[in-house]
Amino acid sequence: MTDQLLRAGYIALKDLRAYYLKPPLISWGILFPGVMILAFYLRSPIDIRQVIPGLVGLTLLFGATSMEAIVVAFEKRIGALERLAMAPVSPTAIVLGKAASGVVFALLTGLIVTGVSIVALDLPLSEPLLLLPTFLLAATSFSLLGTFVSVAVREVFEAMTLANYFRFPMIFLCGVFLPLAAMPPVLRIVAYALPLTYAVDALRIHFLAGEGAILPLAVNWAALLCFAAILYSGACHLLVRRLEE
Amino acid sequence: MEEKIAIRVEGLTRYYGNLLAVDHISFEVQRGEIFGFLGPNGAGKTTTIRMLVSLIRPSEGRAWVNGYDVEGEPLAVKASVGVVPERSNLYDELSCYDNLQFMGQLYGVPRKERRARAEALLRRFRLWDRRDERFAHLSRGLRRRLTIAAALIHAPPLLFLDEPTVGLDVISARALRQQIKEFKQQGITIFLTTHLIAEAEALCDRVAILVEGRLKALDTPASLCDVAQEREMVEIGLTRIDPGTVEALQGCPGVQEVYEAQGGIRIHLVEMATTLPEIIRCLEALKVPIRSLNTIKPTLEDAFVALTGLDAEVMLLEKGNRRRR
Repeated sequence: MTDQLLRAGYIALKDLRAYYLKPPLISWGILFPGVMILAFYLRSPIDIRQVIPGLVGLTLLFGATSMEAIVVAFEKRIGALERLAMAPVSPTAIVLGKAASGVVFALLTGLIVTGVSIVALDLPLSEPLLLLPTFLLAATSFSLLGTFVSVAVREVFEAMTLANYFRFPMIFLCGVFLPLAAMPPVLRIVAYALPLTYAVDALRIHFLAGEGAILPLAVNWAALLCFAAILYSGACHLLVRRLEE
Repeated sequence: MEEKIAIRVEGLTRYYGNLLAVDHISFEVQRGEIFGFLGPNGAGKTTTIRMLVSLIRPSEGRAWVNGYDVEGEPLAVKASVGVVPERSNLYDELSCYDNLQFMGQLYGVPRKERRARAEALLRRFRLWDRRDERFAHLSRGLRRRLTIAAALIHAPPLLFLDEPTVGLDVISARALRQQIKEFKQQGITIFLTTHLIAEAEALCDRVAILVEGRLKALDTPASLCDVAQEREMVEIGLTRIDPGTVEALQGCPGVQEVYEAQGGIRIHLVEMATTLPEIIRCLEALKVPIRSLNTIKPTLEDAFVALTGLDAEVMLLEKGNRRRR
């Protein structure tokens, strides 16, 4: 068990070095959510602080999934995934390692955006000690979503398409652009089936002292944990199937 | 399992959907030998390796590698073998040195030992000067060398080599064959798949011939050649080989088998004294001048043809159709 965790850690470190810690990806991870939020803000200017939970949530989402959603498909294509599977590393450790690199990258970009927001807007934080678990749970569920997508497809372009099927509805249904209360009931049900909704809700508790938040922090955490568990189990199951092909 | 047996396979079978890729094969590989798995493309060689290294599960049958059950103890199997797949598949983004380090980490090699082994392997495979170069920037031959080095980072007693010389130039392929012989001298058991008959003959202590997922023969190259020796053979060099030449010769009395080989025609016949004049008469009738004529000692290629009933040229074909469930 410890051996497998250690090997998952090595896979994560290798992925960070090989794919993540490159200037274009870091800037993209921050730039894209920033532009989305700025466009929204310019259309309907409100208190700039109101957009911070959405900005941080989207940064975590894009930081965790931008590379994660394609990395397994890419490695499968070049044969490197088979190389991993030939080593004494279980499929569960491979998924863990792959997802962990996405989590670290999302945390990095999320913390940069948070730090800049706090300094630039003199933003007070509620429950600051609990911010890290919120970040961690959100980044984990997003990264595992990316891993799941990446394992589910056969080609890199399919991964990008499928990832966007999940990401874009999440962006518009998570409550950042349209409050959940204002949504038609059907869309609200869909919104509650998406992890970003819970992440943004939890971030409202931290950044806006709970203004606009619907659920208690513990419920948001539990929901994110459930998403992570389901996606992890699904990704492991699919990886075993992919390797058998 | 006895210490002297590296691999034991019993009735190993694998389907891909309805496609029967490997069909109830059984064999043993002795420790310290170079065991060749010879067959045309699509014969099931790679599928067999994938089962033996616990990458895919057998549909039926069992196998033990280094004493570990390939289905029940996959991590132990993987930790005890080195695998060089047909495709050199290390990480393009990492340097030669970092690729070896990463492989060492995955195989649980302690840090100090990892560094020493990586350096030793890079030197041994003449890659030390290029240790900081990314894998993506290496030539095909160098990539192959690094992939083999990576398979040796945890000093496995058993090495699987899947078509190791495919795509290499003549000099690189020759150097690699020499390397494989050195592995044997170091006591490493080699399981080698190849579709190159000459490679199997030159390297292997024993050869298993696999066709359409079935094991057709298994013996030393010399013993396999004895099968072909039972019939007499001549090799005729011709100035040209027309499409109808082989067919016409096939029809000569006393001729058992005719196939093209090494720029000429190789003929298996029942009895030299009576059949040879018939063959010469046939070629004269076809107006195909004879350039040379030799009686020959059978090679593994002849044995392959005799045992499988296939033309040796089939080894060069792309993967084709196979039986379905």
